[in-house]
Amino acid sequence: MTTLSTTPVTEPAEAAREPLATRLHRWAITVDHKRLGIMYIASGLVFFVIGGLEAAAMRAQLARAGNDLISPQVFNQLFTMHGTTMVFLVGMPVLLGFGNYLIPLMIGARDMAFPRLNAFGFWLFLFGGLLLYFSYIGAQGLYGASVAPDVGWFAYAPLTDRTFSRGNSTDYWILGIMVSGFGSIATGANLVTTILCMRCKGMTLLRMPMMAWMMLVVGVLVLTALGPLTAAQVMLLFDRHLGAHFFDPQQGGSAVLWQHFFWFFGHPEVYILILPAFGFASEIIPTFSRKVLFGYPLMVAATVAIGFISLSVWAHHMFAVGMGPALNAFFSAMTFIIAVPTGIKIFNWIGTMWGGRIRFEPPMLFATGFVAMFVIGGLTGVMLAMVPFDWQVSDSYFVVGHFHYVLFGGTVFAIFGAIHYWYPKAIGRMLDRRVGVWSFWILFIGFNLTFFPMHISGLLGMPRRIYTYQPDRDLELWNLISSLGVPIQMLGVSLVIWNLVRSAFKGAPAGPDPWDAWTLEWSTSSPPPEHNFDASPAVGSARPLWDLKHPEDPDGRYE
Amino acid sequence: MAATSDALLAAADPAWRPSRGKTGTACLIAMESFFFGTFVVAYLFYVGKDVAGPTPKECLELGPAIFCSICLFSSSATVVAAVKALARGSRAGFEFWMGLTLLLGGIFLAGTAIEWKGLIEDHSLTISTNLFGTTYYSLVGFHAAHVTAGVLVLGLLWTLSKLGHLTPSDAERVELVSWYWHFVDVVWIFVFTSVYLISTGVLS
Repeated sequence: MTTLSTTPVTEPAEAAREPLATRLHRWAITVDHKRLGIMYIASGLVFFVIGGLEAAAMRAQLARAGNDLISPQVFNQLFTMHGTTMVFLVGMPVLLGFGNYLIPLMIGARDMAFPRLNAFGFWLFLFGGLLLYFSYIGAQGLYGASVAPDVGWFAYAPLTDRTFSRGNSTDYWILGIMVSGFGSIATGANLVTTILCMRCKGMTLLRMPMMAWMMLVVGVLVLTALGPLTAAQVMLLFDRHLGAHFFDPQQGGSAVLWQHFFWFFGHPEVYILILPAFGFASEIIPTFSRKVLFGYPLMVAATVAIGFISLSVWAHHMFAVGMGPALNAFFSAMTFIIAVPTGIKIFNWIGTMWGGRIRFEPPMLFATGFVAMFVIGGLTGVMLAMVPFDWQVSDSYFVVGHFHYVLFGGTVFAIFGAIHYWYPKAIGRMLDRRVGVWSFWILFIGFNLTFFPMHISGLLGMPRRIYTYQPDRDLELWNLISSLGVPIQMLGVSLVIWNLVRSAFKGAPAGPDPWDAWTLEWSTSSPPPEHNFDASPAVGSARPLWDLKHPEDPDGRYE
Repeated sequence: MAATSDALLAAADPAWRPSRGKTGTACLIAMESFFFGTFVVAYLFYVGKDVAGPTPKECLELGPAIFCSICLFSSSATVVAAVKALARGSRAGFEFWMGLTLLLGGIFLAGTAIEWKGLIEDHSLTISTNLFGTTYYSLVGFHAAHVTAGVLVLGLLWTLSKLGHLTPSDAERVELVSWYWHFVDVVWIFVFTSVYLISTGVLS
């Protein structure tokens, strides 16, 4: 184990000043997994701001009953673009970007298994996203109809039929998502291959960092979920442009079949979005609790179990469609079952923190916030798995509250934790700690202010995807509180972004291992050289840097 | 300190690592399986749900389909023979067996073309006629598109060999292409069963 970089903590080496065009060109043609990872995360954050502004516009409209700030047509476009952006252009690329950046470093590899495929995947994602947003300019089509896609992020048939969705907005939705989906498939295959084939000497599957296990399962889920989505989108294109009848009830086609196909993709997709967040938490919590991850083998088993079970829970999105008692009961039961491995993870994180010497640095704050918020989202998920309860609140703001606790309180908090944790590695400078703590608390308060009242307004009968509501239904107060949380969240996100930009120039030098962590990425310099490691690393346990720092008591002894 | 860890490692490197090419190809095949699975599900879901004719029973002929299927299935065997010949270092053997594979793949595609011509001209069946047309042309068409892609890549390998650019060390790469070809064959088992046996009522 001679791999620990002995570089002293100094100012990161000043890159030779090349002309801007040369530097940009270097980024455009790169096949380096670290640069591609950073580009994934940065473009994902840009889309995050756009999607956030769309949400802010909707909340502004809903702040008062009978408001007329935004027309119903524009409102439909806003919730469609918000959902599509956040799932396909924020969640997927940011999480796959972290996979890209971290996996080769964590498993001691030189790069991903297929570096050029990796670059291809990134550019497909970016241009797919741009194609979706080009709809604002190009979707008028011959019919002068709706501008941006306005059929919801799930694009239910027959709303997407040519009769009901004139112009080309739905085609932009199909093609933009399909193109970026091909990019995700390429990255998914690349992650699986990298993790299985590129591990350094001594790294057995059960010595991988937990993050690598999560990304392995995510890669497999991307491969299984994106194929059916692409197939269903091809069918929809055939319906719209070749006069096919897949989802055309007038010719015997079935609108419900689209729902099955979409959610067969859609529910594994939710786990694609949350498993990497589990991975972040499983790296951050042990480091800042100064304890080894509690129950590693059980955590692996739970992750693989979630991967399998997630393929058979999709129709819990369709309880209100009328599938009949047998299917309803099956999908309800499967949804309860998937809560078990998920619950195991929660207990493992708490078990890791239990009795640890916890340091509440910003990454740990976000990771703890993630666990707490995800528990709330998970519990409302179990409530929604009960068919009779789901019938009562289906398509209400209760559901909106539920999945924002999972995807914002869960995934986004974990992403911010990961950004604060690995930023020093990627940039070579520390983020400002004080700003980090402030941005966490502001975001935490704003988030709960916006999304907790949605459970109440939903139970009171506030429907989803509706541009306004009547004044005398006791909904005003809850909607107003939800809307008031928005500017607070905007302040929190702005603080994070300001911190990211400012620290890149003014942050304290980080050194190779600022958190005293244990996985391989902290053994090389910050930022790592293009070839990652000066010598090929070799490991003897799941915590190679612990072994290096504590040769008298290496982990390998207890395996 | 490093000595302890190195001592632990000295025994052996216990990690299991499959080949990159094989893993990547397996990923592609897994993804494609789910892609085709969706079209097969759509086809089977809509069997007998048409509101207008023609029906599969009226216009699909089993005889030519069985002949084409035999050609395609045999080509899986000939492509294996081609890979083996290449690994042995027999260029002539590789070109013979690969040529035969291409011929069988070509016959299969010609069979599809003749069948489609008959359906369009004699039965006026297009993708927009009814649900059978919609699901049949999409499923069989995507399969034929994959066969075409396979024929193009296998043809490229054949050409490379003719030009003398293929050596026994390329056998693993050629084998990966043959995996894809086998996959296309396996998909046809499902397509054939759904389209020519189940929906025509031969199996019901």
